[in-house]
Amino acid sequence: MHPAFSVIFLTTLIGVGQGLFLALYTGQVYALFHVLSAQGDRQFYAVGSMIALAFLIAGLVSSFFHLGHPERAWRSAAQWRTSWLSREVIVLPGFMACVFGYGVAHYFGWNVPLFTLGETLQVDLIMLIGAAGTLLCFALFVSTGMIYACLRFLQEWHTPLTVINFILLGGASGFALAAGYAALAAPALTGFYAKWALIITVLAFVSRSASLVRNHKLKPKSTLQSAIGIRHNVIAQKSQGFMGGSFNTREFFHGKSAAMLRSVKWLFIALTFGLPFVFLTWGLSSSNPGLLLMAFFVQYAGLIAERWFFFAQANHPQNLYYQTVS
Amino acid sequence: MTQLALVIDLNVCVGCHACVTNCKEWNTSGMAGPLSDFNPYGADPTGTFLNRVQTFEVGTFPNTETVHFPKSCLHCEEPPCVPVCPTGASYKRKEDGIVLVDYDKCIGCKYCSWACPYGVREIDEKQKVMKKCTLCVDRIYDMGLPEKERKPACVLACPTSARLFGDVHDPESAVSVAIRESSGYPLMPEWGTKPSNHYLPRRKTQLRIHDDELVRADNPLKKERLLPKPDKSEPSLDDVTSW
Repeated sequence: MHPAFSVIFLTTLIGVGQGLFLALYTGQVYALFHVLSAQGDRQFYAVGSMIALAFLIAGLVSSFFHLGHPERAWRSAAQWRTSWLSREVIVLPGFMACVFGYGVAHYFGWNVPLFTLGETLQVDLIMLIGAAGTLLCFALFVSTGMIYACLRFLQEWHTPLTVINFILLGGASGFALAAGYAALAAPALTGFYAKWALIITVLAFVSRSASLVRNHKLKPKSTLQSAIGIRHNVIAQKSQGFMGGSFNTREFFHGKSAAMLRSVKWLFIALTFGLPFVFLTWGLSSSNPGLLLMAFFVQYAGLIAERWFFFAQANHPQNLYYQTVS
Repeated sequence: MTQLALVIDLNVCVGCHACVTNCKEWNTSGMAGPLSDFNPYGADPTGTFLNRVQTFEVGTFPNTETVHFPKSCLHCEEPPCVPVCPTGASYKRKEDGIVLVDYDKCIGCKYCSWACPYGVREIDEKQKVMKKCTLCVDRIYDMGLPEKERKPACVLACPTSARLFGDVHDPESAVSVAIRESSGYPLMPEWGTKPSNHYLPRRKTQLRIHDDELVRADNPLKKERLLPKPDKSEPSLDDVTSW
């Protein structure tokens, strides 16, 4: 497939926003159960939510560049029964509203306990909004991942690993950003976020490697034989029907060499997993905000390469019909 | 339930692109139009087409065969492009099974083209909406046309009658008979999209000539018996007969 930067930025930016929100809420829940003693102040969570929201908005804006008719984008919520894209379009604003509400509730300190669960667990409005946000956050990860994973003949994408990768990569970048942000604004929380960022980065490395191995072993289900329905081992296209380019030749092929694809793969492995791991461990031991922020920025650059590779690697069966110009 | 479709006979398609030309001509000025072209006389022309004819060579020289392969939307019975559309712009008509795009609802997200394994949807780069074969829905129901012209433009243009048009759910229709009797097949059956358009395979043409087709056995004058005449150098009747 041809990697479109609008979609690359959409998926990576909202991933960061989602991960950052999850990080903030996880920290709060940990504190609630007294697992984590140090809590940041209200301001920390309020500003953190707004940073997450800014990433989500940036992603949303970027997505509009993918549309031929952005002014009709409102129509795209219509088919939520069948279309994962439609579901994403509905869940994203819902999640953004929760992130906004979560930040506002923290800012105004709406933490009067509404009711008590069990003996000691006091539930306030902030916790409720956060819980709803967490649900919508995962719904959004699943929707975004399933947009790609539901296309069965794009075999590179048609796997649960696609959804898992979206969740883990978004989570890793969000927690890395949270670590950098905490190092600046609430140093007591830095270790917590940085350690989780490390754990999720390692998990993401495992699952992304699994999908790389899987895709490497894939055998295309469609062949030139099934594409034109002729049973013969030797079939060669002599003409694709036109001598210039077309939508079919531009949209479904990355147009880069195999060597370029390989280098992007190693680049994204280094930038998304290797270097952030080094920066995070180093930043964790030295409590240096610069190193932790560096980990995030390097990882984000890696994610752009990762998403580019994700698109470029997918081999659409329609390409079987468009192989020779003459 | 009606399911209109094309049946394309690969045995007679000669790859003349008449169907492509007529499709473009009819539809660029019809309901699917304008099918924009860019740089049509330049070095790198590009444009939107609803129908393409491709050419494949099967076999190894000298035992090769050229297959001309027209391809347009197959109007699948389980169209993967329809459920993924977020706006409902892409839809399959219940009454005749034609898969269409509502150009006023399409937001140009290209998701449906990703979901089509056959590569038959093309975005109009000027209008920014997805275009595809409509089976000339604006022709086939036009009561102003004589009945024999109520067919898709590609079918009317084909000089070898390689394209048949009709209801594949009606067992008596010409298309159903052709699929049944000439082993019509769908493309990429592995994805379960159940394409309605079918292709008729190339067939070996054989001719058996019997003796009585060379010699007119029923010729009352038995003219053939006079031939062949004996060679001039051969001894004539005069030479072999002594009077």
